[in-house]
Amino acid sequence: MDSSQLFGISMIAYILATAFYLGLFLFKIERFGLIGTLLTLAGTCTLTVAIGLRWHESYQMGVGHAPLTNMYESLIFFAWCTTCFYLALEYRFKARIMGTFVMPCVAVAMAYASFSDRIDSRINPLVPALQSNWLIAHVVTCFIGYAAFAVAGALGLMYLLKQSEANKPQPGSRSLTNALPPLQVIDDLTYKAIVFGFMWLTAGIITGAVWANEAWGTYWSWDPKETWSIITWFLYALTLHSRFTRGWRGRRIAWLALLGTIVVFFTYFGVNFLLSGLHSYGSA
Amino acid sequence: MTTLKKNPLFALFASVQLALFLLFLLASTSIIGTIIPQNKPIAFYVEQYGFKTARFFQLLDIADMYNSWWFLGLLTLFAINLIICSIERIPQVIRLVRRDILAVTPEQLIKFPLRDERHLAGEMPVVADRVATLLEKHGWRAQEATVGSGRMYGAEKGKWSRFGLYMVHCSILVILAGALLGSSTVASKLFHDPLFAFKGSVTLPEGEQTDHIYAHDHRGGGRLDLGFALRCDDFSIEFYSNGMPKSYRSKVTVLESGAPVLTTVIEVNKPLTYKGITFYQSSYQPDRNYQAILKKKDGSAETTARIPVAQQIDWPGGGVSYGIINRERQGELTRRLKIWFSDGQGEPSIFWVHADQEAAIERTSGTYLLTIKQRYATGLQVTKDPGSDLVYGGCLLMLVGLYIAFFLSHRRIFVFIQPEARGCHLLFAGDANKNKVGFEKYFSQLISKLDRETE
Repeated sequence: MDSSQLFGISMIAYILATAFYLGLFLFKIERFGLIGTLLTLAGTCTLTVAIGLRWHESYQMGVGHAPLTNMYESLIFFAWCTTCFYLALEYRFKARIMGTFVMPCVAVAMAYASFSDRIDSRINPLVPALQSNWLIAHVVTCFIGYAAFAVAGALGLMYLLKQSEANKPQPGSRSLTNALPPLQVIDDLTYKAIVFGFMWLTAGIITGAVWANEAWGTYWSWDPKETWSIITWFLYALTLHSRFTRGWRGRRIAWLALLGTIVVFFTYFGVNFLLSGLHSYGSA
Repeated sequence: MTTLKKNPLFALFASVQLALFLLFLLASTSIIGTIIPQNKPIAFYVEQYGFKTARFFQLLDIADMYNSWWFLGLLTLFAINLIICSIERIPQVIRLVRRDILAVTPEQLIKFPLRDERHLAGEMPVVADRVATLLEKHGWRAQEATVGSGRMYGAEKGKWSRFGLYMVHCSILVILAGALLGSSTVASKLFHDPLFAFKGSVTLPEGEQTDHIYAHDHRGGGRLDLGFALRCDDFSIEFYSNGMPKSYRSKVTVLESGAPVLTTVIEVNKPLTYKGITFYQSSYQPDRNYQAILKKKDGSAETTARIPVAQQIDWPGGGVSYGIINRERQGELTRRLKIWFSDGQGEPSIFWVHADQEAAIERTSGTYLLTIKQRYATGLQVTKDPGSDLVYGGCLLMLVGLYIAFFLSHRRIFVFIQPEARGCHLLFAGDANKNKVGFEKYFSQLISKLDRETE
């Protein structure tokens, strides 16, 4: 058995989990939620083994390095981080329904990594610029941040959906969004996810800067990836300040969380595919 | 201070609205430079965007927007905003931190959002002792005072965490200060010492040395004397079997007034720092000339020469002539070379030889050994950034500050004990400036511990 088979298995587990979470949301059958969680858990365990195996395989090929070096590997790692973050939230706050909003992102990321023509799933050796201990620190910190922001965006969407339903003149008792946690809880979780993500994004930007200084002699060169990461940082700083000092809650924070996720998404993909710069490793 | 506070300009700079507005402006204008290519010649913009737009770009310095007057202006406003904001708020925080914990009345405690009441049997001193022990056991160092007939206990934790936010703000200022200190523009314009901080580069052919480099500067770039010399002894490239580059290595020697003091290898991600100046492996160029090492096998004569392609080289010492008549290249790297070799006796030898490998040539005049080496010039990025330590320090401060600001909170617990019929009445109150839900849980758990002891 090689890692690619395991990646396939975990992708299928995630897609099925998404389906069951959707089933939970649409039909309100508790058991579907449980199956969804178990599938997510199984997929994540498989994925963990797969990532470890891919790491091991790279050493067998004589080009050993952590599997965090191209778009394929980063998508997989993004899926892994997001599910881990989501499972922790689900466990901590007992809100299984969140899976309906988070797991589709994960399933799409996995499927895109596996099926897109633009993505090369082969293990390649590291070019000299990537041969650094900062690689793991930089990628891991960034992607934990991305994962938290993705979850925050999903929570924002959940908030807006629930609120728009609540605002209807006659909220039916069988309304789909009834099963969602109370608005205040979603709002609080969104905020917590953003705070968590902000810490890690900051750490990601800093490790990137230190690495750039080590490799090229400039810690900041305003290349598109760097610039978009600082744009993301400004945006979340704005969100946090508006919450702390202007008392923004609920709807506004939910919209900002969604906007933030779009900006994060652009920093991750858009920059690689649409703009050119120092971060060209990630594009293949 | 009071007169300052009435100043509308001060009020503006102390406001969070301005901070929000500036964050929004910084975020949105930063996008421009990721869409419009930066630092291209003016002709590029004329060609791409037309003459009028290019003129407009020039006015706003769009070609180098992150160093433009208006973007740096925004950053300056942001820094001023941060400073004034902090100046205005820090005294309040200091007051909060230095506040006497017991300066609350039982009447105020009743208004706390988080409170609970209990009745305990037992005399006042016994109950008071139990409360004090409970608090102490859980790390609450309580102060106590007598209030009327009752006794007030007050304890707080994490009051210093209120400074976390200001640590983050301060860290941004430290990073900006570090960036200024390491800026070559500041070094040359303000300190009139271009050697204080610079970014430059040097191209150094193997075997050659230099005591100066050229600064990167969009206004031409000047020569900078290093104060020592750097020699490139050797440059080598390695490839993976699939053709991807594996390593670029420059073996270099530092010379002080002609004498070698340090020999080391510079690789990507492994720069050399000497006297505050750092050399980074950034590029390479294959030399147009090759190095030929030619000797007689019996050791009677040897020569080393730098030779171009397609030119006959005479070696009178060995009595032969030779030259490169063709070569096989992969990209810019030479794989094989076709050599013409004659000792003036009989037909010349013509053969292929691999670069960097010794070839033996049998002639009637004897056996010759020939090695043709690819020569390179290494491209080194050279920087001196006295501000980078400050920037790193600022980054560390930011991470610590963020952790404190987000994850630690200032928590207070009060217990007011009052004697009543057959025992004591206990009023518990508490508050936390962050993570209120978590503290609420902790608060009720703490009280339930007292209940359990009582059972």
